[in-house]
Formats: sequence, structure tokens, C-alpha cells
Amino acid sequence: MTVPTAPPPAEAPDGGPEKIEGETRIDLYRTMVLARTFEEAMLREYHSDKRPGFDIGKGLVPGEMHLAAGQEPVAAGVCAHLSTGDAVTATHRPHHFAIAHGVDLRKMAAEIFGRETGLGRGRGGHMHLFDPATHFSCSGIIAEGYPPALGQAFAFQRKGTDRIAVAVTGEGAANQGAFHESLNLAALWKLPVVFIVEDNDWGISVPRAESTSVPSNAARAAAYDMPGERIEDNAVEAVYAAAGRAVARARAGDGPSLIEVHTLRLWGHFEGDAQAYRKDLEDVPGRDPIPTYEYTLREAGLLDDAAVQQIRASAAEKVEDAVTFAKESPEPDPAQALRYAFAEPDGGAA
Amino acid sequence: MTATADTHRLTTAKAMVDGITAEMDRDESVIYLGEDVGAYGGIFGSSTGLLDRFGATRVIDTPISETAFIGLGIGAAVEGMRPIVELMFVDFFGVCMDQIYNHMAKISYESGGNVKVPMVLTTAVGGGYSDGAQHSQCLWGTFAHLPGMKVVAPSNPYDAKGLMASAIRDDGPVVYMFHKGVMGLVWMAKNQRAIDEVPDEPYTVPIGQARVARTGSSVTVVTVSLSVHHALDVAEKLAGDGIDVEVLDLRSLVPLDRAAIVASVRKTGRLVVVDEDYLSYGLSGEVVASVTDVDPSLLRAPVARVAVPDVPIPYAHALEYAVLPRHDRIEAAIRAVAAA
Repeated sequence: MTVPTAPPPAEAPDGGPEKIEGETRIDLYRTMVLARTFEEAMLREYHSDKRPGFDIGKGLVPGEMHLAAGQEPVAAGVCAHLSTGDAVTATHRPHHFAIAHGVDLRKMAAEIFGRETGLGRGRGGHMHLFDPATHFSCSGIIAEGYPPALGQAFAFQRKGTDRIAVAVTGEGAANQGAFHESLNLAALWKLPVVFIVEDNDWGISVPRAESTSVPSNAARAAAYDMPGERIEDNAVEAVYAAAGRAVARARAGDGPSLIEVHTLRLWGHFEGDAQAYRKDLEDVPGRDPIPTYEYTLREAGLLDDAAVQQIRASAAEKVEDAVTFAKESPEPDPAQALRYAFAEPDGGAA
Repeated sequence: MTATADTHRLTTAKAMVDGITAEMDRDESVIYLGEDVGAYGGIFGSSTGLLDRFGATRVIDTPISETAFIGLGIGAAVEGMRPIVELMFVDFFGVCMDQIYNHMAKISYESGGNVKVPMVLTTAVGGGYSDGAQHSQCLWGTFAHLPGMKVVAPSNPYDAKGLMASAIRDDGPVVYMFHKGVMGLVWMAKNQRAIDEVPDEPYTVPIGQARVARTGSSVTVVTVSLSVHHALDVAEKLAGDGIDVEVLDLRSLVPLDRAAIVASVRKTGRLVVVDEDYLSYGLSGEVVASVTDVDPSLLRAPVARVAVPDVPIPYAHALEYAVLPRHDRIEAAIRAVAAA
């Protein structure tokens, strides 16, 4: 968030500021700042102990690391309509959705640091976060988070609740069979699901124009007789408005919807990705959605220097507390490496 | 496991359905999903009658979208339901394995035990009726190789019912593999052991306990599913020749009852493994290792493995019977090991 403020993009007609309460708009901003602050901390921690050179398996946070900077508007805009009783299945790039959905920051950070106090007691890692308290999960396999979301929605429907499931994937995953099977089944059974496609332009290094036969994955929704909508400008209020319609439809029992957001991958596919393939990099910082939205809210009189400072400080405090908690937590006992492969009678609840 | 006085003669398929029915009666969260499981009743009789009894909200025909509906089962299980999901033929796992081995089987571990997936994946296995290379495999070794799922394969009506109850009540995923040749289907080769007296009352057969199907002292035959029947046929024949065969029906591949294998070999000193799955890197080698890991000196003769040599299952009848573990190959192996 060191980028100079930019002029605000035009808001989509349905996402006009006049339709969203001021407090909600500030909340959207707050969520995005918290998610970004977390990703910046992960970036710092991840790279702090991998030198000299770059050894992906080294350090307190080893392994692949997919950070979601730039994609915060999607998570903030969607999850603003959810309670922790609703389910979210996210992707290999899951942190922003986990944070926006209310996953405990300490347990999440501890999992990323591979600690016993983590969401999965250090067995999962950053691509495999499971939080029963918020019905949040993610999968490292492209598009394969969609099918389990159907089942969560199915169970919610069976229980007679108005709870819903949100299934998230990237634009590259929209070319997977799991994507299409899931859309068909959800529409066929009118399951309370909202399908989200985060189009960040890149399937690792392959631009969407070289992977996808349609200009908008929202068009694919029509093939399954469900509403489809594409948000072109990574604007959080447009996402919020579209998600509001889709969530209401799902809660009302009218079935699934699909929303594609043309978002932005500010950083590499994973940390260590030199992005030599990426021609748009020079232009990227100016498209950062957080300074843009901050500018919008300042212009609307909803934020001033003090408020921004307070929101940033609060986010930093929460994130650093989580990182400290993670670092101070015990590592899992190697003698217990075999535990939890099978269900235990006590569930081993944390 | 105690049988009551009230029993009925049931085929394995009907006993399996009996087990499902009992659990669906006692637990509303149990549902049955899959292709042609409703009005058809399951291509191999695995759900016959369930639709009439429980209705279309609990016995549900799905589109031909195995990834979507197996994944749906996983999500429903995560939220506390106990779905039984049928993969019509195990051979179809190629279109949906990610949901099975990367999701169903791993969520418990990845979540540090915080998320449970109480789900049963039922699937038809096995050949012997000229269905060719894509509809005749057992493949249980593939599933058993991948961590996080229990794997059971009943050989008879009693176990089919009891293992089904245990599978449904298990708090983790169980793959329930029923061989078409043990189901007692009227449209397949008749199998005298595919119909038997089954207690009317619900009961469980514990997952992970093998059963001595025939007690003997000369040679141990360790096997599972339809091959149990072939082994018993051969054992009866060889009894007249003074070869006293013990037949161990594993019933579960995961967990594998290694103690039962070792106990039997400790007694006989001779081991034949009969497995309708492929020979290499599979169940038969694992059974042998269960003995040699503990004490190779228990074996007084080289082990024989009767499995499908590493070729696709052929179509032509004579070719298929040449590669399946049928009576003649089992008999030859037992005679050789007994004489060694």
C-alpha cells in the first residue's frame, strides 16, 4: 500500500455508492486492509530466512506460498454478505477469503508456520486450511473446491436453513471438468451456492486469452441456466452488489449464481516467481484496488487521515499478534506424524 | 455380532441393502447417492428397494458427474450427514479420483482431526463375465495404497451387512468394494456362497478384522472377496488329497489384519496369496511383507502369489480366465507350496 492514490474507477451502475451504507463501505475497506496487511506480513516472514539465494524449502514458512494481494475486493465484497454459518471453499490462494470470512488469524498464521496450534495442527499448510468454526476450507487442486461446496449447500438445504455455500476458483479452473459438473449439478438441484471466479488474468504464466474460449466465464453460467455476472474493474462495491444479489437468490431457495470478477494478481503466482512472462507488471501498481478505494471513501467523506491510520494500525496489531502467536507456538511432535489420518473417537478437537 | 434366532436367506446384494436400510431407519442423515441407484436399484443390486422405502429425497439418482456428486458427498459429510455414494464401477475412478484421494481421504489429516468425513463410497469391482479391460478390475490395491480411507471388500452376505453398518457408522471415509460375482445376481454365474442366512437384526462386523473362513494346518491361503469362494472350493477338493488348507478372508484391506495373517502362517508355515487385483505393487506383496517383516523364518516354503498378471483384463472368455485367479491356478499354487 505504498502506491500513490489514483483516481477512482467508475462504479458499476448497480454498485453505486449511494446504495451502500457508509459503515458497510468502511467495513469493506477495513477487510481489504486486514487481508493485505496479513499478506504483507507473510511476504516479509516468508522471505526473511530464505537467503542467501532462494531455497523454497527453507525457513519458518517453507513450501509454496501463493499470496492474494490485489484480489481483496473479491473476498471483501462477497464475504460481507456471509455469516460464519455459511460455508466458503477457497483456492490454493486462500488467505484473503479466510480473513474476510472470519477465520481466526492466530490459528491460521500458526498453520502457515506449521505449528501444533494451527488450524490443522501443522498437517495442512497454507493451501489446506480447514476451519469448522466458520465452515471454511480450501484446496490446492484447481476447481476441486467446487464439488464439496455443493455438499455443504446440500446439507444446509436439508436442514431447512437459509445458509449457503460460496465456492471460489480462478479463471484457469473454469476450464476444468469439476467446474462444469458442479455448475450443472447445482443448477439441477437448485442448491444454495454462489460460484465465484477470480479472474486475475494469469494461470500461472498463461494469459486467459490463451486458455479460455469465451471472453467472460459469466457467459458460461447461461449454459447451466443460472445468472452469471462479470465485474470488470476489480471494484469492491460492484462485487458487493453482485454478491448481494447472488446470496439473496441462494438464501431464497432460487438456486445458484456465478460471478466472475476481473481482479488483479499484484504479486507472483507463488513467491519466487520472477514473472518474466508478465508484460503488464509496470502498470500493475497503479491498479492496486486498496488505494483506489481509500481515495473513493476519502472523497465521500467517510475516511480521513486519522481513520485510515486507525484501520491500518488495528490491522497491523492483529496480524503481528497472530504472527507472534505462531512463532511462539510449539512445533508438532514428529512422533505424532501419523495421527489424524483416520478419524479419532474424540476428534482430537483443538 | 451375535446372530438372533430370526434370520432370512439373503443374497449378498440383499444383505448389503438390508444393512443400509437398518442404518437409514435409525439415522436420518444417511442418504444414498449415485448413478441409477433410484428406480433401477443399482446396476448390481446395491440399492434395490431403497427408493420405495425412503423416497427420492434420500435415495438420489445423480447426473453422470462423478467428480461433482462424490465431492457433494464429501461436503455433506463435512456438515454432519452420512452419505453413501456409489461409484458404479471402480474402473471409473479415473474421472473422479481427485475428490476421492485428495479430498475425501485427506481432509481429516490436513485438518489435524478437526474435520471428519463420515462417508461411504460404494463401488462394484471384479471380472469374470467378459466385460473387458475398463469394467472388470478390482483396483482395491490402488485405494488401499493411498492413505486416509478404510477399504473393505465383503465376500458373503453376513459380512456384507455387518461391514456396511460399520462403514456407515465410521467417522471417516470407508470405501466399500463389492464384487459383482458375490452379489448373487440372477444374471451372472451362480455362486453357492452368495446366498446365506442373515440375521434380521442389525449387527456390525468390525472393520480391520480378518475371518478364518476354513481352518486348516497345511497351507494358509490369504485372500479376499470372490477369491475366497474359489479358495474354499479348492480347499474342499484338496482335503481329499491330504492337503489341509486354511483360508483367511481378509474382509478389510485397510486396516489390514496383519496379526491374523501372521498367526495363520505361524501355524502352517506355508503361504499362498490369492488376489484378483494386479500382481505387482499390490495386496499380494503386502500380505507377504506382513509375514516377512515380522519373522521370515515362519515360512517353511517359498510363497506363491496368484493374482492378475500385469496386463489389462482381456475380453475373450478363455483369455480372461487365463489371467484371473481361478480354481486351476489356485490349486496348482497350493499343491506346489504344500509340496515344497
